[in-house]
Amino acid sequence: MDIQLKRGLLDVCVLAAIRNEDSYGYKIIKDMKPYLELSESTLYTILKRLEAGKLLTVRSVEHEGRLRKYYHITEAGKSRIEEFKQDWQEIVSVYNFITREDNGNE
Amino acid sequence: MNKEEFITELRQRLAGLPQEDLDERISFYEEMISDRTEDGMSEEEAVAQIGSVDSVVEQIMSEIPLAKLVKEKVKPKRRMKTWEIVLLACGSPVWVPLLIAFSAVAFALYIVLWALVICVYAIDICFAVCSIGGIVSSVMFFMDGNPAAALYFIGASLILAGLAILMFYASVAVTKGVIKLTGKILLKIKSMFVGRRQEK
Repeated sequence: MDIQLKRGLLDVCVLAAIRNEDSYGYKIIKDMKPYLELSESTLYTILKRLEAGKLLTVRSVEHEGRLRKYYHITEAGKSRIEEFKQDWQEIVSVYNFITREDNGNE
Repeated sequence: MNKEEFITELRQRLAGLPQEDLDERISFYEEMISDRTEDGMSEEEAVAQIGSVDSVVEQIMSEIPLAKLVKEKVKPKRRMKTWEIVLLACGSPVWVPLLIAFSAVAFALYIVLWALVICVYAIDICFAVCSIGGIVSSVMFFMDGNPAAALYFIGASLILAGLAILMFYASVAVTKGVIKLTGKILLKIKSMFVGRRQEK
């Protein structure tokens, strides 16, 4: 898959993983596992990028005597997901156009 | 490999990263391993799932910009003493030109790599242009009433066209090779700034 496309897709995936409730690294990976395999290094980069873009905020919570980082989606993060959905609609309509051309040629 | 071994090795291999960056990454991996053991895995299993230290280091290295590593390396670990500053200033006629020379050489090597790419494409274009020229001249010879020469030029231009096509594939391969090579060199340069130095 095109790298740029994949990057954008992963960003939205991670945002979607924390949309309903705050989540932490391992849980995000576990939640996404059925859909796509994500390595910790990749996740770290994505979280950093989203944090820098103010699409999520981070807070450390004490858990079992150690600190665990929870990620919380911001309004900007939520609207990113909405933007993505709209973009996807456009992509789907373009996809339909492309496949229609295919059929026409056959 | 258990958690402690993994973290220790990772920390050593990444020594040279800005301290804050390093601590944050390390605590991220620590958390990831702890969450897995809490989930019922053994430490070994958890570490195995994270992947090898090599792969983790490689990914981190490819993400961190070279400039950041250089900056961290040249940043003085403590305040410089006055005499050190004076010495640094007095020595500047020596080390400034040296520094410029080093960067110029590095830049020149980079240019050479891309010159190679341009060169290969230039040769390819030569073949193509010559082949077209050959066809044109063969037509002219034919109209001049010299079919033997015309045949010779057609043959030559077909060979050149063939070479041009083959050469094109070679050029693409060379370009890809150079891109890969520059990436590898960059990674090598970065790794010169990172790793094991802080082991005492």
